[in-house]
Amino acid sequence: MNAKQMRKNKWQTTIFFILIIIVTYLSTAITKFNFIDSIATIPAAFSWIFSNLLITEESLEKLPQILEKLGETIFMSIAATTLAAVVSLFLAIMGSKTTKVNQTFSVIARFIASFSRNIPVVAWSLILLISFGQNSITGFLALFVATVGFLTRAFIESVDEANQSSVEALTATGATYFHMISKAVIPQSLPQMLSWILFMIETNIRSATLVGILTGTGIGYMFDLYYKNMNYNLVALITFTIIIAVIAIELISNRIRRVIL
Amino acid sequence: MSLLKVEGLSKFYDRETKVLKDVNFEVKAGEFLSIIGPSGAGKSTLLRCMNRLVEINEGKVIFNGLDVGAMKKKELRKLRTNIGMIFQHYNLVPRLTVIENVLHGRFGYKSTIQGVLGRFTEPEKEQAFFLLEKLGISEHAYKRCDQLSGGQQQRVGICRALIQEPELILCDEPIASLDPNSSKVIMDYLKSISTEMGITCIVNLHQVEVAKEYASRIVGLKQGEIVFDGPSKLLYGEQIQNIYGMESRELITV
Ligand SMILES: Nc1ncnc2c1ncn2[C@@H]1O[C@H](COP(=O)(O)OP(=O)(O)OP(=O)(O)O)[C@@H](O)[C@H]1O
Ligand SMILES: [Mg+2]
Repeated sequence: MNAKQMRKNKWQTTIFFILIIIVTYLSTAITKFNFIDSIATIPAAFSWIFSNLLITEESLEKLPQILEKLGETIFMSIAATTLAAVVSLFLAIMGSKTTKVNQTFSVIARFIASFSRNIPVVAWSLILLISFGQNSITGFLALFVATVGFLTRAFIESVDEANQSSVEALTATGATYFHMISKAVIPQSLPQMLSWILFMIETNIRSATLVGILTGTGIGYMFDLYYKNMNYNLVALITFTIIIAVIAIELISNRIRRVIL
Repeated sequence: MSLLKVEGLSKFYDRETKVLKDVNFEVKAGEFLSIIGPSGAGKSTLLRCMNRLVEINEGKVIFNGLDVGAMKKKELRKLRTNIGMIFQHYNLVPRLTVIENVLHGRFGYKSTIQGVLGRFTEPEKEQAFFLLEKLGISEHAYKRCDQLSGGQQQRVGICRALIQEPELILCDEPIASLDPNSSKVIMDYLKSISTEMGITCIVNLHQVEVAKEYASRIVGLKQGEIVFDGPSKLLYGEQIQNIYGMESRELITV
């Protein structure tokens, strides 16, 4: 990079910062968001958190119930993710340019994938709430649909990456389409796919809590219930168990990843 | 009767450029034929027309009296079962074991279900080990293919082709990624396949010297046209220059 270019880059950075400052200033002015005041409330907020969000002995009595709901949520996420993985595998094989059967199916598969991916899981819950009402099916479906979108996209990439050359070799031996998929494409993309599935299970356990608040199921429902009753000790306990569960799942999937990759 | 007959074969990937132009030649059963020519001459394309990995645009390829271009799915599968193929980059499934890769050569004989479930008979497995033994890599049978050297991987590729029990083996630059020692090993194996087992071999090669040493007959391809076809001992410097063009004289000597 020569000196002229460097000076140009410097200018660009400066202009960029000035722009950000102007945009920030304008948006605070428009929304009447007072920066100083909100910063001033931070100490108060923290002291509230520390004095109210305490896990007391009394709240620990509810622990078995909480764990049951937490388990329900975790299993729902796992079930939604694995089922979505099966559907995604099918869509990805249809959608990938290496393995597609024909152009129409490929376009349809890619369309389904991007359609369900680009609507966030919360929006899916709200949409599905209208037709399915407040029950665990709604939450399950919301997670399922969003996961299909994401995994199909990820799987298409894994299938595309699987090396084309062994597909050619199998075709040359007289292997059928399904031989080729099951013995050349899947063995090569499986580790990556499993890694994506684990990632989605982690993500879904987090989203399931949020979805549960909307659909009135699982740990999210409990959180919502005690939150509205202002039983902050239990809210704290629930939050704590969720955090522990998420960390545990992450550790487990990291271990699995190390084994398979 | 000839095993393979190429009649007026033309091929284009896009409308403007013909990759193969009116190619004619015959291959007799048991022949060891080498196709040589500069990069981009159409050697790989020609080979892939023979088992229809690429579609034939004009002309005919006749294998065992059957028109390859007109074959339906089922016949095509049967044809491919009868033709083994060996590649420059071995084209194995890297994450699978050597023995699994060798057994892939049997898929042409399997129904979809049998193949997907990996049902192979005892004789097939014995044959696979027999071939690995023959090519001197039986001790690696349960290793993953990506742990093998290039020369060893190419031998796995040869086993995969041989277990098909083919009449013809197509080799697309089988030694282009190998060092001289492994190259010699592989070429010696290919030669013995043709002399001992009587399997016809068509080998694409970059190295003229190797072609002259191993092949009984050489076909020279230049910009999609055959410019030489004859016994390898009749290929002299002049013809070589004609195939590769004047400017690439150095290429011939390496
Ligand atoms: N799938 C394809 N689509 C479009 N053009 C192609 C395709 N495959 C090959 N070609 C073109 O066809 C011509 C011949 O290619 P081919 O691979 O048959 O040559 P080759 O003699 O095998 O060369 P090399 O020695 O480099 O392997 C080249 O100009 C190449 O660009
Ligand atoms: Mg080539």
